[in-house]
This record gives sequence, C-alpha cells and structure tokens, in this order.
Amino acid sequence: MTTRKSSEPFWWGLFSAGGVVAAFLVPMHLFLHSIAVPLGWISAEVAYAKMQALVGHPVIKIYLFVLIALPFYHWAHRFRFTLYDLGLKSLRTPIAILCYGGAVLGTVATVWILLRV
Amino acid sequence: MNASTSATPKLYHPKMPATWWLKHPAYFLFMMRELSSVFIALFLVVFLIQIYQLTRGPEAYAAVMRRLGSPGWISFHVVALLFALYHSLTWFTLTSKVQVVRVRGKEVPPSLVTGANIGVWLVLSLVILVVFLVA
Repeated sequence: MTTRKSSEPFWWGLFSAGGVVAAFLVPMHLFLHSIAVPLGWISAEVAYAKMQALVGHPVIKIYLFVLIALPFYHWAHRFRFTLYDLGLKSLRTPIAILCYGGAVLGTVATVWILLRV
Repeated sequence: MNASTSATPKLYHPKMPATWWLKHPAYFLFMMRELSSVFIALFLVVFLIQIYQLTRGPEAYAAVMRRLGSPGWISFHVVALLFALYHSLTWFTLTSKVQVVRVRGKEVPPSLVTGANIGVWLVLSLVILVVFLVA
C-alpha cells in the first residue's frame, strides 16, 4: 500500500512555530508600537530614535523577521481550516493558494523592508 | 421490486449550517481563538508599515503614529491585543495538554506547565519592554 505524500506536516510545522512566536512575543510588541506610542505614552520622536538604533543590528533584524513572518504562516494554516469549517471545503485549492501564498508574500515584504531599514 | 433501483442506496448527508459555531459557547470560543490569528496578522502588517517608515524619516514615522492614535485605530488595536492575549493563554493551556512533560519519570501536571509558560511569557514581555526603553 502506498500513501500519498502530503505537504500538510510542513505547513502545520510553520503554523506551530508561528503560534509559539505569536503567543510569547506579540502582545508586548502590540502594546508598545500600536497602543503606547500612538497614544503618546512614549513620544513618536523617542520611539523613532529607539527603533532606528535597534533595527541597525543584524540580530534585531533576524528577531524581527521571526516575529513578523512566522505568525503569517500561523494565520494562513488556521484561516485555511477556519474557511473549511465555515463550509468552503469545495474551494480548498484556491483557499490554500490564497492563504499560504499570502503568508509567502508577507514573508517577502518582511525581508525586503528589513533589508532596507 | 423495481429492476432499475441502484445497488447502493443514496445516503442523506445533512448540511452543516455555516453558523454552527454560534450554537454553543465552547464552539464560539473556538471560533474566537481561530479569529485571533487574523488580528495578530493584521497587527504585524501595521508593524511592518511602521518599520518601513524608518526609511522615510522621523516626520513620516510620526505621521503614521498620529494616524494610529485615532479612536478607530486604538479601538482596533485594543481588540487585537485582547485577541492576542486570548491566543497566548489558550496556546499555553493547549500545549500543556498536548505535550506531556516528564521530570525524572514523573509526569508534570499540565497546570504547572501552563504556569511555567506564562512565567516565561511575562519575563520575555519584560525583556522586550526593557530593550526598547533603553535602546
């Protein structure tokens, strides 16, 4: 008996890694950059200076890449199965392409931006 | 007996309504957990846009931050933060259920594993805050 090889475990692995990164790191970054700074608890000038100082380091770039790109794969895999659960299983091929393709696009954008800052 | 009946009878497959998850609190919470991934991804897109502003100078960065200070954006991000926190707590609870941790042959109670994860999360959050503030 031969079983068809599936790419499922690969995407699940990325989903899992993205979930860990999102769980441990996202809340504080969300609070800092999207609540504290916009509300002025940390001034934008100060935040700009700190971010500029930080993103120059290759280690920080790698950290930001992991922080941003991996949860895209977490979303992709989770959203794909959520759409199935909402009754769209018949569209499974376009859904898979949109979800994982979206995550790949997000990854490319992340790399491009991090290489430019 | 009708000679034209097929050998296998057609089975009735009841259609699951798309609103099945509204029928029970546990199903609703499950769907909220799935939805958390959307909010996390959306925040990370916003964060990427903020980082991109670093190439455009302090005025551009400040302008984006002013926009994000609007009531609409703050409301969105508060909701996103709640979803992110929900993701974190459900993730830590789930991993302790899924991964059995053994110390010297004895199984560590899941609540302890969850608690340890939460502890690590709090420490990492503090590290992120401190690294940012002292940069």
